[in-house]
Amino acid sequence: MDKIHIKVSVNHQAYEREVDSRCTLGDFLRNDLGLTGTHYGCEHGVCGACTVLLDSKSVRSCLLLAVQANGSEITTIEGLANDDGTLSELQQAFTECHALQCGFCTPGMLTTLTELLQENLSPTEAQVKSAISGNLCRCTGYQPIVDAALLAASRLKAKLIHSAK
Amino acid sequence: MDIIDSKLLAKQAYIGSRTLRTEDTALLKGLGQFVDDIKLENTLFSGVLRSPHAHAKIISIDTIQAAQLPGVHAIYLHKDLPPSAQKRLPLNTPNAAITLVMTQEILASSEVCYVGEPVAFVVADSRYIAEDACSMIEVDYEILDATSDCLDALKENSPLSHTTAKDNLIATLPLSYGDIDKAFSSSAVIVQDIFSQNRGSAHPMETRGYVAEFHKATSQLTIWSAGQAPHLEKKTLIDMLDWDPEKIRIIMNDVGGGFGPKAIFYPEEALVAIAACDLNRPVKWIEDRREHFLSGSQEREQYWNIALALTQEGKILGIQLQMTHDNGAYLQWGVILPYIGVTTTPGPYVVPAMNVDLKMVFTNKGPTSPVRGAGRPQAVFAMERILDKAAKVLSMDRANIRQINFIQPEQMPYNVGFIYRDGKAMIYDSGNYPQCQTLALQKANYDTFASRQEKAKLEGRHIGIGIANFVEGTGLGPFEGATVRIQQNGRVTILTAAAAQGQGHKTTFMQICADQLGIDLSLIDVIAADTNAISMGIGTFACRITVTTGNSVFLAAQNVRSKVFSLAAFLLQCEVSQLDMADGIVYVVDQPHKSKTFSDLARVSQGIPGFSFPKGVTNGLEDTQYFLPSQAAYCNGTAVVELEVDVETGQIQILNYVMGHDSGKLINPLIVDGQVQGAVAHGIGNATLEWMRYDEQGQPITTNFGEYLLPASEDVPRVSIVHLETPSPLNPLGVKGAGEGGTIPAAAAIISAIENALDDASIFLKDTPMTPQRLFEILKKPATAPQH
Repeated sequence: MDKIHIKVSVNHQAYEREVDSRCTLGDFLRNDLGLTGTHYGCEHGVCGACTVLLDSKSVRSCLLLAVQANGSEITTIEGLANDDGTLSELQQAFTECHALQCGFCTPGMLTTLTELLQENLSPTEAQVKSAISGNLCRCTGYQPIVDAALLAASRLKAKLIHSAK
Repeated sequence: MDIIDSKLLAKQAYIGSRTLRTEDTALLKGLGQFVDDIKLENTLFSGVLRSPHAHAKIISIDTIQAAQLPGVHAIYLHKDLPPSAQKRLPLNTPNAAITLVMTQEILASSEVCYVGEPVAFVVADSRYIAEDACSMIEVDYEILDATSDCLDALKENSPLSHTTAKDNLIATLPLSYGDIDKAFSSSAVIVQDIFSQNRGSAHPMETRGYVAEFHKATSQLTIWSAGQAPHLEKKTLIDMLDWDPEKIRIIMNDVGGGFGPKAIFYPEEALVAIAACDLNRPVKWIEDRREHFLSGSQEREQYWNIALALTQEGKILGIQLQMTHDNGAYLQWGVILPYIGVTTTPGPYVVPAMNVDLKMVFTNKGPTSPVRGAGRPQAVFAMERILDKAAKVLSMDRANIRQINFIQPEQMPYNVGFIYRDGKAMIYDSGNYPQCQTLALQKANYDTFASRQEKAKLEGRHIGIGIANFVEGTGLGPFEGATVRIQQNGRVTILTAAAAQGQGHKTTFMQICADQLGIDLSLIDVIAADTNAISMGIGTFACRITVTTGNSVFLAAQNVRSKVFSLAAFLLQCEVSQLDMADGIVYVVDQPHKSKTFSDLARVSQGIPGFSFPKGVTNGLEDTQYFLPSQAAYCNGTAVVELEVDVETGQIQILNYVMGHDSGKLINPLIVDGQVQGAVAHGIGNATLEWMRYDEQGQPITTNFGEYLLPASEDVPRVSIVHLETPSPLNPLGVKGAGEGGTIPAAAAIISAIENALDDASIFLKDTPMTPQRLFEILKKPATAPQH
């Protein structure tokens, strides 16, 4: 099997590794880097549990090869908390709204909604539902996740307004 | 029984509060420990070669080429397994009615009976290599005729699902109570129809998976499993491996959803264990989603031929039911699944007589076992749909025909007439069914629906409303246990084998324990889902854990509280009645400086080497309880759904979803609301989307999430929940199960609402799922066209 040398930055930490050409990005993160917070739910790009941010854009790490991420900046669920280890606004809203049960789809939900909130701090309920329409959850019935995203958005927006004053 | 004994009332009142879950922080940071996250040194990975045929004889298997692939460590066929593992799986739930027992083999020896049945097991350096090797194994099959539809499988000339059997009939179960002949002969109206529900699977977002590690020095075998029932898995594994029961341990860390299918034993668990012992290295197997479609257990495919006898006023006199259950290729839970279904039929209604003819049938499709709802959604669908039909025939309002047939609260406890699956007379313990429907209808503004529908019609929109009620036997025995222990560091540990798959059990147990010991949740640790935590256990299914384990925690914590008081009274030389406790300190109420900490007391209770305890002191501040429910605790509920149908496309949009729900005393309403909302989502999937399809030769044709649709965020509305809290008199906490209620009436209510939205009064919908395509075909069919 061909080994290919890649360099990536994951959650602001640089890594260089030799990877099999056919190794998926998700397997690379989980098995080579030990970042097991990213989950595989279907391995055919539908469930969204494996979603990570690649240069700030959400991607399915089961459909991308590790070599395709060469030179990129990747954010996984492990990189979403505040620098002091406390939960981010979105993570905090998830626990307050009971937006996770088993927690298996949660990495994909958090990364997908992080992308949304980077672009839009005043999303409508419909926009949140649309943003996570490619992320399957079997436990929560989605509504608590939507509520959490809206709560986090309103808090982040309030912070932004406060800091601008 | 009231849970609040004033003497035992602790300062905090966690029970009943919307306490945030202690499970969340690790999961939100990506620090969960799901089975595939377990990384042991030198782990090998594995793959399973599965049958591509629904029914075939294995002529030969050639593994030579695959075995030569670099990185392959072992390939197992049936003949390579130890003798104990060459036997078929044991049937954990036997029943005298079963005349044809056929359980699965770990690996097929000579005949494969469904697409996905394991044939060979490969262990290699990586999952990639293991799957490469699987594709290099050459199996020569002789393809046999297969059964696909269970009604066809009962016909005389049907192919056999198993060549060694004489037919495909597993069991016939006649069940009855009351005078059914009189009910039908004295009735004014009889309505009858045939209903069907199709197959689906639970599809937890985490697939199945196991890691096995063998410690050669101690002969200890440890297995991490993404399962629901640690002790049931252990029991089966002991038999399949012929292993010392004291040297086998099953642990379930974080599990990514279960919903039923993870409660059974699968061949892969034995395979990783065997390979780990043989190779003396940890072995991991993680199922992929396609495998889950093929070999994860499924449910719901049944035919219900139901006849309802009524008076002219709409009072139910009796039910005649013929039910045929498609069991798939192998028996897993005996007769339990269809048995739950038929006995759920009477629901919250007075049904004076009922007669059931139940047939369980083998087909060459994936095996079935309970999926969230466990046979009940089919029963509620048949019963509620036939009540809708009766209402139509009698020109009655659908709410009214239900209202006049409800069992009244003063009739509790109410003996239905059946023997339930737990072997006990089916006696509803408590509940207020009329009030539940009334409150749900109020919340749904049912009274004013007609004017909304009229207004919508003027706008060219088609809206409809549907109602469905259910009663669910929850909290089934025999037991689940828990130990509560005060540690020498002053912390409290709860130990149990009960396994959670997202239900927040740990938080719930902590809340129950914290109130009894007057402490903050942060002082409590929970060790759960580990067969080493407690010697006996069953598993998580049938909405049973809060009833069984929750009450065990409650009773054990109360006993520990008493021990704490007794020991403190002895040491402080006072009466127990003079003491109180808070925040891990026991003190004399009038002289608070006279006190002992939990840590002090725990150390005293551990003793001093060589010294006998003085009279009045016992060893250990701990207690173990196994709560033994005397029978099921019956939860109930009402779904009222208002929706809009696009008659051009068959697409539906749910406008309002109300769920009246009575699961007794709520320990944590935040968690229960989550269970209801999630369970409704599953029911919406059953009603409108999810359809595991097979062709006539038993070949599955929906094997990915593109072909089989799960409800997504835009398909599920906010559920408006109305809680009733009728405490169960059968357990100290007064709790009933809450995990499946949302799913059970969903299809019945949604499909009733779809029908109600249509202009054509001649349309009566009888099948699930009612996908847009299916509805479109029904709507476009000219009324005069011949039926075919």
